[in-house]
Amino acid sequence: MELIELKEINKVYKIGDIGVHALNNVSLIIKKGEFVAIIGPSGSGKSTFMNVIGCLDQPTTGRYLLEGTDIGSLSRDKLAEIRNKKIGFVFQGFNLLSRATSLENVELPMLYNGFSAKERRQRALPALEAVGLKGREKHHPNQLSGGEQQRVAIARALVNNSSIILADEPTGNLDTKTSKEIMELFVKLNTESNITIILVTHELDIAAYSRRIIKFSDGFVVSDEVKKSMEHGAR
Amino acid sequence: MINVPSTVKIAFRALRVNKMRSALTMLGIIIGVAAVVTMLAIGSGASKMIEEQISSIGSNLLMIVPGSTSAGGMRMGSGSQPTLTIWDAEAILKECPSVLDVAPVISGTCQIVYGNQNWSTGVFGTTPNMLNVRDWPLASGRPFRDQDVRSSTKVCLLGKTVIDNLFGSIDPVGKIVRIKKVPFTVIGVLEPKGQSLMGQDNDDIVYVPVSTAQKKLFGTLFPGMIRLIMVKAKSLDALAKAEVEVTDLLRQRHHIVHKQEDDFSVRNLTQMFQIAENSMKIFSLLLGSIASVSLLVGGIGIMNIMLVSVTERTREIGIRMAVGAKTWDIRLQFLIEALILSLIGGSVGIAIGVSGATVLSAMAGWPTIVSPLSIILAFGFSGMVGIFFGFYPAYKASLLNPIEALRYE
Ligand SMILES: Nc1ncnc2c1ncn2[C@@H]1O[C@H](COP(=O)(O)OP(=O)(O)OP(=O)(O)O)[C@@H](O)[C@H]1O
Ligand SMILES: [Mg+2]
Repeated sequence: MELIELKEINKVYKIGDIGVHALNNVSLIIKKGEFVAIIGPSGSGKSTFMNVIGCLDQPTTGRYLLEGTDIGSLSRDKLAEIRNKKIGFVFQGFNLLSRATSLENVELPMLYNGFSAKERRQRALPALEAVGLKGREKHHPNQLSGGEQQRVAIARALVNNSSIILADEPTGNLDTKTSKEIMELFVKLNTESNITIILVTHELDIAAYSRRIIKFSDGFVVSDEVKKSMEHGAR
Repeated sequence: MINVPSTVKIAFRALRVNKMRSALTMLGIIIGVAAVVTMLAIGSGASKMIEEQISSIGSNLLMIVPGSTSAGGMRMGSGSQPTLTIWDAEAILKECPSVLDVAPVISGTCQIVYGNQNWSTGVFGTTPNMLNVRDWPLASGRPFRDQDVRSSTKVCLLGKTVIDNLFGSIDPVGKIVRIKKVPFTVIGVLEPKGQSLMGQDNDDIVYVPVSTAQKKLFGTLFPGMIRLIMVKAKSLDALAKAEVEVTDLLRQRHHIVHKQEDDFSVRNLTQMFQIAENSMKIFSLLLGSIASVSLLVGGIGIMNIMLVSVTERTREIGIRMAVGAKTWDIRLQFLIEALILSLIGGSVGIAIGVSGATVLSAMAGWPTIVSPLSIILAFGFSGMVGIFFGFYPAYKASLLNPIEALRYE
């Protein structure tokens, strides 16, 4: 049983009479503990791909098995539960709740799986500490730098012990130095906690942190390379 | 497995962000609930008043007073003296088939003395029938009898207030009191009736035989003169018939010819209460329609604001969905927000309604009763408005597509 298994996934957006093929016959397997970079030109279907494997979106045709479960057969609420338990999202625009503190943002996923307030706190505090934000618990997103906000988002993605982190251009809004710090955090999570990381990027030096690079073009997977060396390129 | 305390906290935070908007949204609910509370207070006040009036004065009563009434109010019949006599009262009892009982009254305010205590109160000269007319039993002692009226004995019945003021804890039966310096023997004590809603004390009263009152206390311009006749009809339905019978009989006895005005007037007490009750009911109805309109408008206001709020927070909804919020998590979040809006509005409305009822009873003299049930009802009602009108926005929020919601700018 593979962690992620896609079988001939197609995603077609219909706008009027024209169908846009955002994903074309995508079949691939991602194993637990992999660190995958998704690259490709704008409009090639990277975000669509992430949304499908993140259970935010359903493919038009094809099967998606997540730990052996066929996602296509699941209800809206069941998908929400899977996102809650297994998947952590990190977005380019951080997507934090602006009215909540960083601690509350990190606690958010646990709001939806029955943890008590005390348990939420007990788990959110170490998660914030793990991403290097000890002492920033009471800060609101607008009181944090971009890099710090992205760390909060990563802590939020981790806090439910998700086995997969999906990051769609996580460093797109950050400067080079901060990008490097965030990427190192991902590497650390990948190597130390065996968390599967899939990230979309436009920049090759970001993709170089990964061990496998999948390239999209017009909705097709045009290349899928696993690096021979276990070394991370940019380090 | 929905986390209610946290959801409530989130809702309060969201409402605090737009304080002014939240307050304005509540306005309709506030007005509506205030009107509901006032309406219910007037309604139960009105029925309580009727109940009390009937229990304190007696049921199915007509009151006959000398002088005619016309549009300008009371005035004397042309050239004639007020002419009600105890014989009129006797004739009514004898000749009107719809009448159950009759009691004549001659009354005045007198000083009563016992030992070194004195008290000023209304003294009523009447017949033994009075206790039957007013459905008023004795607490102790005996009533006076026809024999007492025939021989003008100096006996009296006392109400509880008079006893409290003159006797304290002493048993008054058999004691001698002085009314206008005339010694009377206390033979009985009236059962307490308590205070009426309009604030009059029913127990501040003394009954003496009518003949004794005429001779020893008040004096009369002509023989047998009395102030008032109380007539008890056989039933509520017989009341109108009794009124006609009494009027016909008295016109005949007073030799009033065809077109002449009556030299007396008959007041139907039950009718008077009903008129009072009716005006209160009409006002209640008016408040009721204000209440329903403003609750409706308030509800729509809540729906409107919640729809705006859902749109404004589309991205927030997307984030929550992405991290695992289910359909009912989202629904409940917005429902609770609408509920909090309406319940705060409801509470403020209840406070205003209660003070409104108080002010109204002070200004218009209407008795109002704010029952706990009416408060629970109003509170529950505002909650229902919140849920009803909050449901559609909450439903809409829960159906958002997470990807589109996340992308929303
Ligand atoms: N909701 C939608 N409705 C219609 N077409 C869509 C929708 N979302 C995406 N598309 C189309 O699907 C294709 C793939 O879009 P996608 O967002 O996956 O690209 P991307 O690779 O992430 O691009 P970028 O690098 O610019 O983020 C595009 O042609 C886009 O126009
Ligand atoms: Mg994209």
